[in-house]
Amino acid sequence: MGKFTEDDLKKELETKEYEYGFYTDIESETFPVGLNESIVRAISEKKEEPEWMTQWRLEAFKVWQAMQEPEWANVHYEKPDFQNISYYSAPSKKPKYDSIDEVDPELLDTFNRLGISLDEQKKLAGVAVDIVMDSVSVATTFKDTLAKKGIIFCSISEAIREYPELVQKHLGTVVPQKDNYYAALNSAVFSDGSFCYIPKGVRCPMELSTYFRINQAGTGQFERTLVIADQDSYVSYLEGCTAPSRDENQLHAAVVELIALDGAEIKYSTVQNWFPGDKNGKGGVYNFVTKRGLCETRAKISWTQVETGSAVTWKYPSCILKGDHSIGEFYSIAVTNNFQQADTGTKMVHLGKNTRSTIISKGISAGHSQNSYRGLVKISPRATNARNFSQCDSLLMGNLCGAHTFPYIEVENKTAKIEHEATTSKIGEDQIFYCNQRGIETEKAIALIVNGFSKEVLNKLPMEFAVEAQKLLEISLEGSVG
Amino acid sequence: MLNIKNLHAGVDQKNILKGINLEVNPGEIHAIMGPNGAGKSTFASIIAGKEDFEVTQGSILLEGEDLSDLSPEERAHKGVFLSFQYPVEIPGVTVTNFIKTAINQTRKAQGLEDMPAGEMLQKIKTVSEMLDIDRKFLSRSLNEGFSGGEKKRNEIFQMAMLDPKLAILDETDSGLDIDALRIVASGVNKLRNEKNAVIVITHYQRLLDHIVPDFVHVLMDGKIVKSGTKELAYELEEKGYDWIKEALK
Repeated sequence: MGKFTEDDLKKELETKEYEYGFYTDIESETFPVGLNESIVRAISEKKEEPEWMTQWRLEAFKVWQAMQEPEWANVHYEKPDFQNISYYSAPSKKPKYDSIDEVDPELLDTFNRLGISLDEQKKLAGVAVDIVMDSVSVATTFKDTLAKKGIIFCSISEAIREYPELVQKHLGTVVPQKDNYYAALNSAVFSDGSFCYIPKGVRCPMELSTYFRINQAGTGQFERTLVIADQDSYVSYLEGCTAPSRDENQLHAAVVELIALDGAEIKYSTVQNWFPGDKNGKGGVYNFVTKRGLCETRAKISWTQVETGSAVTWKYPSCILKGDHSIGEFYSIAVTNNFQQADTGTKMVHLGKNTRSTIISKGISAGHSQNSYRGLVKISPRATNARNFSQCDSLLMGNLCGAHTFPYIEVENKTAKIEHEATTSKIGEDQIFYCNQRGIETEKAIALIVNGFSKEVLNKLPMEFAVEAQKLLEISLEGSVG
Repeated sequence: MLNIKNLHAGVDQKNILKGINLEVNPGEIHAIMGPNGAGKSTFASIIAGKEDFEVTQGSILLEGEDLSDLSPEERAHKGVFLSFQYPVEIPGVTVTNFIKTAINQTRKAQGLEDMPAGEMLQKIKTVSEMLDIDRKFLSRSLNEGFSGGEKKRNEIFQMAMLDPKLAILDETDSGLDIDALRIVASGVNKLRNEKNAVIVITHYQRLLDHIVPDFVHVLMDGKIVKSGTKELAYELEEKGYDWIKEALK
């Protein structure tokens, strides 16, 4: 990790505007704006889905119609007009490609500019990529290698067609359609996403990664991800996002469901870098995400997230520790700058005996931003000997930003042991001067201090992601002091 | 090497330094002594370029070059080092990573490539042996949870690594027990040569038994009111500062 701090950081810092703010001009087939039952049916039809899936979407749509957009989060924004969004957009040059050569060169160029070209990815040790460009998967690599192990890694649309029994059995079991407003919306209109199944006893030989990217004006993105780790299996899943810059607010309401069966382990890492809006708080992505994992006996789920983007973030990756001896972990870095608002944290729901959870949350606020940690630790009556350790640290830069912590602890079993630690600190002029005096310029000093602050979480990321994440921290906070 | 002429400086309309003149030549050690609130630490910070202070008159030249318009990091790149009275903590950043960053940033400013890892490691090894520093110390977070003595030793460690032309030691003796003081002083003495210079800021003569100054200056109310050789330090230790005040009246 040390390598990054020495290398091309300088270059990265030279770019003042949002680095990935370009727009790829690929012909798209986009539905008219608006949402009603026939749009939901049309999405399902477009994707050649079986009848049960169509019905499932329609149920969700009915539920959603009766729900209210939640207002309890510590964020303020103009509510999206859900009737002014197009709910489906697919690249029109759509044949499934056998090789990368067949992929639209402009798309490849986009990924090249993001520094995640497929060519590079192929060379990178052990990273399979399933790209979601707008709403439909256009390229999948490494499928063969995975297939030999019996691992299924494909788009959720493909999974619905090819593995209907697996999808039908698990979809919505962790995040039900009626779970919350955005989850219901997602269930009705999800366009695509990823599906992953690791068979019993199999250790996935490579990191699985998906790059999401919002690309069409006014197109909401509604990914649906389902990861199933069968008994005693292991998988590490990476998710990274970038989006082109534009003025219109873009809605993103994803749902991620993780299922770790007995003895299985899922590591889910996210680096999120969607357009956060400009310096004046104009534009930016609204990110309302529901992520939850279910742990059966002796299973383990780790969420690691680095959140640097989005104008508004509403996100609580959670673990339901259903099985005895199961383990849930949440490691998070949330950075807000300018006028960004983030309300993020986790829920650890202890149901089984001897369950353990760890929460490490690092919030970094700069500019006029507001950064909130919101977390729930719940110990149910049956959860004997449950353990939780929570640590919430906030780092403030400047005098105009805010850091907030909303920890909720509900204990219904006397044997529980819960620890909560929290700190708030500020990058001081003294720290900066000290670094300056040693020849370290201010931008680099901030990078150093922020990286030090975030280290415990960065260390949890897979190597190649850690480097990318560190760069994102720099870019996000660049120019925020002095 | 260092040439300070008629330096006036202050903060928020308040004058702290009121006309300081000081000339330091290569190979020399100067001690600056004085009572609390005399402006000793301000003087050190101003040479290092701390932006809280405003220089209203006079000049600071390093090897003939005016430092006034240079940022603290540019001054550092030119060889100015300040050992802080109260070194700051930077959690999560190891001593090694910090000094590596500092060295390579300085080299970059001088148009040099990063120091090769092997050379860096060798240098760290040599310096930590010289200052009797445990290897474990190097992987701890910078100054976090350090004792007073460890913080000061870390300052001298960084000084040795950066090899400055002009080192200013601000109250380096405070918080040090006698063994630590001896180690720190012997480190400074080993780093001395005919090309660099040291300014030692201290309350007490104690440190000057170990780092022997060529000149001693008394700073009072923003001015150097008396200069002499190391004997002056003994005199101050014995009589305090009041007699100088009296003499000035």
